[in-house]
Amino acid sequence: MLCDSCKERDAVVHLTQIVESAVTQLHLCEKCAAEKGVETTASTSAGPLAGLLQSAQQQMLGGQGDAARCAFCSSTLRDFRASGRLGCAHCYGAFEISLRELLRRVHGNSRHAGRRYEPPRAELLERDSTLGELRDRLRRAIESEQFELAADLRDRIRVLE
Amino acid sequence: MTLDLSLLPDGGTRWLDASGEHSNVVLSTRIRLARNVEGFAFTGKARDGERLRVLAKVRDVVQHVPSLTNAVLLRVDEMPPGDRLLLHERHLVSKELAGLDTQHPVRSGAAVILSDQVGVMVNEEDHLRLQALRSGFELASAHAAVRRLDEELGGRVPFSYHQEFGFLTACPTNTGTGMRASVLIHLPGLVLTKEIGKVLAGLQQMGLTYRGLYGEGSEVVGNFFQISNQTTLGQAEEELLDKLVRVVRHVIEREEEARRVLLREAGYIIEDKLWRAFGTLRYARSLTFDEAMNYLSGVRLAVGLKLIHGLSVYTLNKLLIFSQSAHLAYSEGRALTESEANLVRARYVRQALASEAGSQG
Repeated sequence: MLCDSCKERDAVVHLTQIVESAVTQLHLCEKCAAEKGVETTASTSAGPLAGLLQSAQQQMLGGQGDAARCAFCSSTLRDFRASGRLGCAHCYGAFEISLRELLRRVHGNSRHAGRRYEPPRAELLERDSTLGELRDRLRRAIESEQFELAADLRDRIRVLE
Repeated sequence: MTLDLSLLPDGGTRWLDASGEHSNVVLSTRIRLARNVEGFAFTGKARDGERLRVLAKVRDVVQHVPSLTNAVLLRVDEMPPGDRLLLHERHLVSKELAGLDTQHPVRSGAAVILSDQVGVMVNEEDHLRLQALRSGFELASAHAAVRRLDEELGGRVPFSYHQEFGFLTACPTNTGTGMRASVLIHLPGLVLTKEIGKVLAGLQQMGLTYRGLYGEGSEVVGNFFQISNQTTLGQAEEELLDKLVRVVRHVIEREEEARRVLLREAGYIIEDKLWRAFGTLRYARSLTFDEAMNYLSGVRLAVGLKLIHGLSVYTLNKLLIFSQSAHLAYSEGRALTESEANLVRARYVRQALASEAGSQG
């Protein structure tokens, strides 16, 4: 059986998720399970596997119940079920398991196959935000007829541009 | 009315010029990409200040985005309702952005940036809705334009993106590519031959969907259907577009076949019906919007069948847009009651037809 997450490696961790009355099975390879915070060293040794998995399972059940909350925007899974809209990008991480299942039902797939994206480099963003701020100050300087300050700000904007 | 539409590139009507492929059947092509700016709650959850900061962030980088050179930024949140309706009728902003939906009143920070080739809605359901609108059946050129805008803007503003799920959107039905490509198509032949049900059911099997003239939640009027991709995740943009192109070509063929069948098997009945539609538009003194749409659908079909001569598809396209109530109010320079609008609409349609099609038959 292939891992549900990467679809590349064999699944070695099998989790059962119960949300309301819906039961779903999640099969993960060691790497993906580790990324999701499921401790799997036990799966290769003869350690207390059952106990670890049980706690991981409970953790996931607790994490994906209706009361599960996004730490960034404080939306809950219940809010999402009521409105159909997520509160922020971090909700995708907070409700990952439920959403992966939902995305599969809606799109028949949960893995993006389109354009890949790299966000702009931090220096560029910083420069743009500094420029934005300088332009704001320039606008205010002109409005309040502080022409010396305005000339200085204009020079600084030119250098950055 | 405070909005000066002449400030917009081409008045925002270039997509009506009937220059694209199959423009008698396909009115327009639109592709939109849903994007969110990293670090802010999505529009529906964001506080007023956050939405204004999203807008400021975009405004700060516009000058570095070549696709938006000479673009106009309009603060939708500062407009009176009539102006917002006008932009919506012109298909430049969605109902949600215009705050015309009773469930979604206009939000602070709602704005639209329009250049002659592409546009960006700010603080719609997602922070950014990048879009390209084209006359006729022009998916490839629309995609090229919106993709360029996406790369340019995404190189300046960090978009919310996830390695597995792709571009993250407020509604999971848009997650992944965030792309909705749609084609606004006129299918009177399939409606009259009652083949339309089968065609629409076939779309759904192909992972496509249809809506009315104004997109999501709107009704089908005047035999216009918007056909678009249903899913956004698991396939590359090009694959989604290829499928849409193949299906729309097939639908156009079915429509042309239906028109041939109509002429062959019910020639005089169809001719009579279409000339009556023309006669009504040419002489009526009062027209509701739905009446105008339905008769215009007939006249458009008559032009396609070469029964009526001298009337351009461009004029027919303009009539669809300019006979809507906010457009009539704009041209009259004052608010109109419904019955006044019906009179003005009938006069406007009469004059447009008289100058191009005269009295014929």
